[in-house]
Amino acid sequence: MLEDLIDVTRSNAPTDADVEIEDGRADAGRVYRFSGDWRNRSAHAMAEKLSAMEGEAASGSVAFDFGDVTAMDTAGAWLIRRFMAKLSEGTDVQLAGDNPRYIELVGALPETLRAPSQDETKKPSLFERFFKPIGKAVISTWDDTVAAMYILGSAVRGAQLKLGRHSGLSPAAIVNQIDRMGVQAVPIITLMSFLIGAIIAQQGAFQLRYFGAELFVVDLVGILQLREIGVLLTAIMIAGRSGSAITAEIGSMKMREEIDALKVMGLSPVGILVFPRLVALTVILPLLTIIANFSALTGAAVVTWSYSGITFATFLARLQEAVDFSSVLAGMIKAPFMALIIGVVAAVEGLKVGGSAESLGKQVTSSVVKSIFVVILVDGLFAMFYAAIDF
Amino acid sequence: MTAEETSDARDRGDAEAVLSVRDLTVGFGSNIVLDKLNLDIFRGEILGFVGASGTGKSVLMRTVLRLLPRRSGSIKILGAEYDAVSEEERVELDMRLGVLFQHGALFSSLTVMENIQVPMREYLDLPQDLMDELARLKIELVGLAPEAAHKFPSELSGGMIKRAALARALALDPDLVFLDEPTSGLDPIGAAEFDELIAKLRDTLGLTVYMVTHDLDSLFSVCDRIAVLGQKRVLVEGTIEDMLAFDDEWVQAYFQGKRARSIVPQDKRPS
Repeated sequence: MLEDLIDVTRSNAPTDADVEIEDGRADAGRVYRFSGDWRNRSAHAMAEKLSAMEGEAASGSVAFDFGDVTAMDTAGAWLIRRFMAKLSEGTDVQLAGDNPRYIELVGALPETLRAPSQDETKKPSLFERFFKPIGKAVISTWDDTVAAMYILGSAVRGAQLKLGRHSGLSPAAIVNQIDRMGVQAVPIITLMSFLIGAIIAQQGAFQLRYFGAELFVVDLVGILQLREIGVLLTAIMIAGRSGSAITAEIGSMKMREEIDALKVMGLSPVGILVFPRLVALTVILPLLTIIANFSALTGAAVVTWSYSGITFATFLARLQEAVDFSSVLAGMIKAPFMALIIGVVAAVEGLKVGGSAESLGKQVTSSVVKSIFVVILVDGLFAMFYAAIDF
Repeated sequence: MTAEETSDARDRGDAEAVLSVRDLTVGFGSNIVLDKLNLDIFRGEILGFVGASGTGKSVLMRTVLRLLPRRSGSIKILGAEYDAVSEEERVELDMRLGVLFQHGALFSSLTVMENIQVPMREYLDLPQDLMDELARLKIELVGLAPEAAHKFPSELSGGMIKRAALARALALDPDLVFLDEPTSGLDPIGAAEFDELIAKLRDTLGLTVYMVTHDLDSLFSVCDRIAVLGQKRVLVEGTIEDMLAFDDEWVQAYFQGKRARSIVPQDKRPS
């Protein structure tokens, strides 16, 4: 038995489980002698050994002897039980051994495992597999749109429904959200915009130098930043920073039945949770855009001064000529729309969270992806609209 | 029962202590939760652990499982001083412990079967079909329907989650199982079935069970010994009779209160 050491464990500790066949005299029948450590460590090797033995048909009575077994757990017992069920077709197996616990353990296990009922669904056809996701995407886009409208509507309506106790607005919640989503975002927005302004100015200056029109880099940065980049990048940043937070907060509240708790108190979860966040977003996004614009123009001024020698005074004078109030307005008008998009998409996705941690992660991802996509889409629509009305 | 007597019981030589805690002190900041606590669990027994809310039952269990740091004291699990063993032995030790958390703590992104297979996959080198069979065997042993195998935890009822979590705790056939309020949130019939299940598994698998519970039925029906936590230490440990005879306001109220009266057998009640 000792030469039959089988290395099965990852820690390379040898186990000495074994089983031997002992054919007695004709009347005694066959005895399987089990020995050693029949625990899950040796299960792999023993499963192979036992399945190799299944082929050897036994004639007459069969007995299992657990006399030399030193340890056994359910894994080992199950292997023996399974082996016993395969052998004992027609014959009766006698269990023997000094330790009644092993016999009891093997006996306590069921002979066969109940298989879960198979649901006979046939494989979908190629046509179905191709068009099903498309159909699903269309339906879910429509559902999302309806849900977004519902949230926008009930955010406004739900905030009013408090049986006239006091106004639906809860200033504390809104101010708290403004602090978390707005004030605390100022440093990162400032830094990011400063770099963006600087990068645009540097590239613009290099290209315009060929035409000897370096001064026009001020026009380029001014118009681009104020009309498009400022609000767009701020919105993207806030979608990543606050949109994800909103989805995660609402989603985990959904997971822990907190949303249901609000509902049964007769409160509108959308009104209580989403409305303050929406208000805060619509307040902070335009303000952050203004900060971003200032910061980007500063960045551009620094770069044009260091690369092209345009002084701050010249920069400002040129900026005043290039940019009029409508450029500033064209950018700023977009900010509240984008804020609403971020907030509503985040809330829709948050309320879609199911029971598992995985679904929370999935919805947060899709919240950020969708809100950034829609923000860019809406920015494009605004650009076309402005062009059409010659704004 | 006095402190001296309990220490006598602790030193009994006939049984092997699977878990022994000595002079354990645990605190957070200036708040000492457990002060020089001693506790023993012997092989093959079911120890019920009770105590008023906030006395540190969960803290003790989490400290023993090394989820919380301790100030001082020693914890010996399965004969090994946990801090003294090597990294490899530590893994070996972890394999021999099973824990049923109060809310199941099933991995929500895995099915019940995959949950049970997590420890098997990590520690054992088994072929997939054998692992599937063993997982189904555990599902069978804890009394779940075979259909539950492919369900996600979010699709299960409270009782099914407890059973599935027990199946996961038993995946590697541990020597010592920690159960944190296993019957809380179950209906009385389900709770009684669960108690029977634990007793049955103890008898067949030779488990040692550390059970934190508030369920008087469990304490009376399956626990071999009961330990009461109070005043930052184990106030008293012993059988039901010891509990009923022990002179402490909380213990008296707990074991002889209105709720207990219907469960305690008449002949065991002190007159």
